[in-house]
Amino acid sequence: MSKEKEKCALCFKKEDYHGVWVFAEQHNGTISEVVYELLGVGRRLADQLKEKLGAVLIGFNIKKQAQRLIQYGADDVYVVDIEDAARFLEEDYAEVIVKLVEEYKPAVFLFGATALGKSLAPRVASRLQTGLTADCTSLEVDPEEKVLIQTKPAFGSDVMVSIVCRNKRPQMATVRPGVMKKVEMCAARRGNIIENNHIPPLKLRSQVLNFSRKQTEVQLEQAEVVVAVGRGLGKVENLKLIKELAGALGAAIGATRAVVDAGWISYQHQIGQTGKTVAPKIYIACGISGAIQHLVGMQSSEVIIAINKDPEAPIFDYATYGIVGDLMEVVPLLIKRIKTIKNLS
Amino acid sequence: MRIIVCIKQVPATNEVKIDPKTGTLIREGIESIINPFDLFALEEGLRLKEAHGGCVFVLSMGPLQARISLKEAMAMGADTAVLLSDRAFAGSDTLATSYTLAAGIKKLGGADIILCGKQSTDGETGQVGPGIAAQLDIPHITCVTKIIKVDHAKKRIVVEREVEEGYEEILTTLPVLLTVEKEINRPRFLTVKGIMRAKKTGVVVWTASDLEIDPSRIGLSGSPTEIVKVFSLPRQKRGIIFSGTPEEQVETLVSKLKEAGYLF
Repeated sequence: MSKEKEKCALCFKKEDYHGVWVFAEQHNGTISEVVYELLGVGRRLADQLKEKLGAVLIGFNIKKQAQRLIQYGADDVYVVDIEDAARFLEEDYAEVIVKLVEEYKPAVFLFGATALGKSLAPRVASRLQTGLTADCTSLEVDPEEKVLIQTKPAFGSDVMVSIVCRNKRPQMATVRPGVMKKVEMCAARRGNIIENNHIPPLKLRSQVLNFSRKQTEVQLEQAEVVVAVGRGLGKVENLKLIKELAGALGAAIGATRAVVDAGWISYQHQIGQTGKTVAPKIYIACGISGAIQHLVGMQSSEVIIAINKDPEAPIFDYATYGIVGDLMEVVPLLIKRIKTIKNLS
Repeated sequence: MRIIVCIKQVPATNEVKIDPKTGTLIREGIESIINPFDLFALEEGLRLKEAHGGCVFVLSMGPLQARISLKEAMAMGADTAVLLSDRAFAGSDTLATSYTLAAGIKKLGGADIILCGKQSTDGETGQVGPGIAAQLDIPHITCVTKIIKVDHAKKRIVVEREVEEGYEEILTTLPVLLTVEKEINRPRFLTVKGIMRAKKTGVVVWTASDLEIDPSRIGLSGSPTEIVKVFSLPRQKRGIIFSGTPEEQVETLVSKLKEAGYLF
């Protein structure tokens, strides 16, 4: 059977592929937040294509979650609920997913750019010999060609690139958590649950022996206020001041990649294309010029305050309020002012 | 133990400076370097060799100038360097790159452990490592922060990897492909002895005809993804830039925030 399928790769016809799929990542029975965001964008794409939205749910004792995926926009949920899946790692997930794709032939397949998704999606794409675009910030359907236009910032410059995968299916992409909007839950939504528990024998070569939870002082994604620093900080010693500002505001600290690469702060704080995506109520960008790679990680913040000595810095195009000035001068004034208000109230 | 480290030559982005007048990147005179993430993979490979014996191969795909990076890897301590270089490889996306590198690994006779950086600093996809593992049909583990134990005889390895919430300790089988985080180690410096040795040894170059590959799966024709548009986001000021002394600006900001109900 598998040999026949291999041969069928030669008689591949993209017209046979229909619908939009999302990978419903779950850990210990809890669906990852990014899945609802994928369902949000997937719903729109499926409607534009006039096709169905499917979700792939793999795990153990997981079936009851399928209804939730439907309530958040899925038409079909492909469930693999088997005991072995409780210990699945990328290789095993990939084998099961490849079989599902070969059987049901989705045209589009989206994964969250999580630790698992970023590792699993390329394995699946490589097995299926199809294209994969990492960290998309926008996904659209070309109305004529019906291909998926996958847009992301280009490397090291202020331009965006749009990528298509014209001749292979499914068209695969990863999307960072926080980038897409989820749709409202609708309890009355109806859909199909398709069970696929007859999976081929798996190798199960890897297993998690132990898990240790991180000490997370940084709750960037949940923070209502984020104070972020860029190269304009000048030197690592100046971070003290930023910490003081964050402390006064009860804010989490974010940073650009340049600051993380310089070793001034850990990667956990990185915001942007290759870091976290945040949308706090207030985002204070200190000494951040506003490279597009950073902007995509914070531009949905409600109020963006930019402090930068360069009046031409692109960050000012995105800022709600801008202060042109030296960080080392402005920030202490701001701290002082905030502390005064706090003492008064 | 046979160890293969995959490296990529990338532009030295850390040396890109911002033009203080225009706020744009200064791109002139940017040199090429080994992808910084790959240095951690190479260092880990060298440490594995020191602990378990064996040899470290370093493998890359790219234009002939990538030989410079491979020589640097040899100067750090790699035993053999191989470059896959052919016009036919040009325009490869991550799928075609994974396929070609996997073919190079097969030609090298495979490995017990294949190491890659977490991602490249130019493409930033992190897709090639897992892609190679899929082509070779071996397990892969990404974001490795520690190699805890290698049992060469039993063909088993235990590593620690970073995920969102914490760290997983994972047991898997050899051969395996690992992509490593920069927390895993501190790469060593080049030594004069190493540089001399690298000069003498040279880099092996293989072209498409040296590899067992399907020509339709390499380069542009083997790359399903295609860039169809490059564009700038429109610049439009959407907010207010304050004026006045720093004190006045801070005052205006605070009152604006209070007005909007954002502060306290």
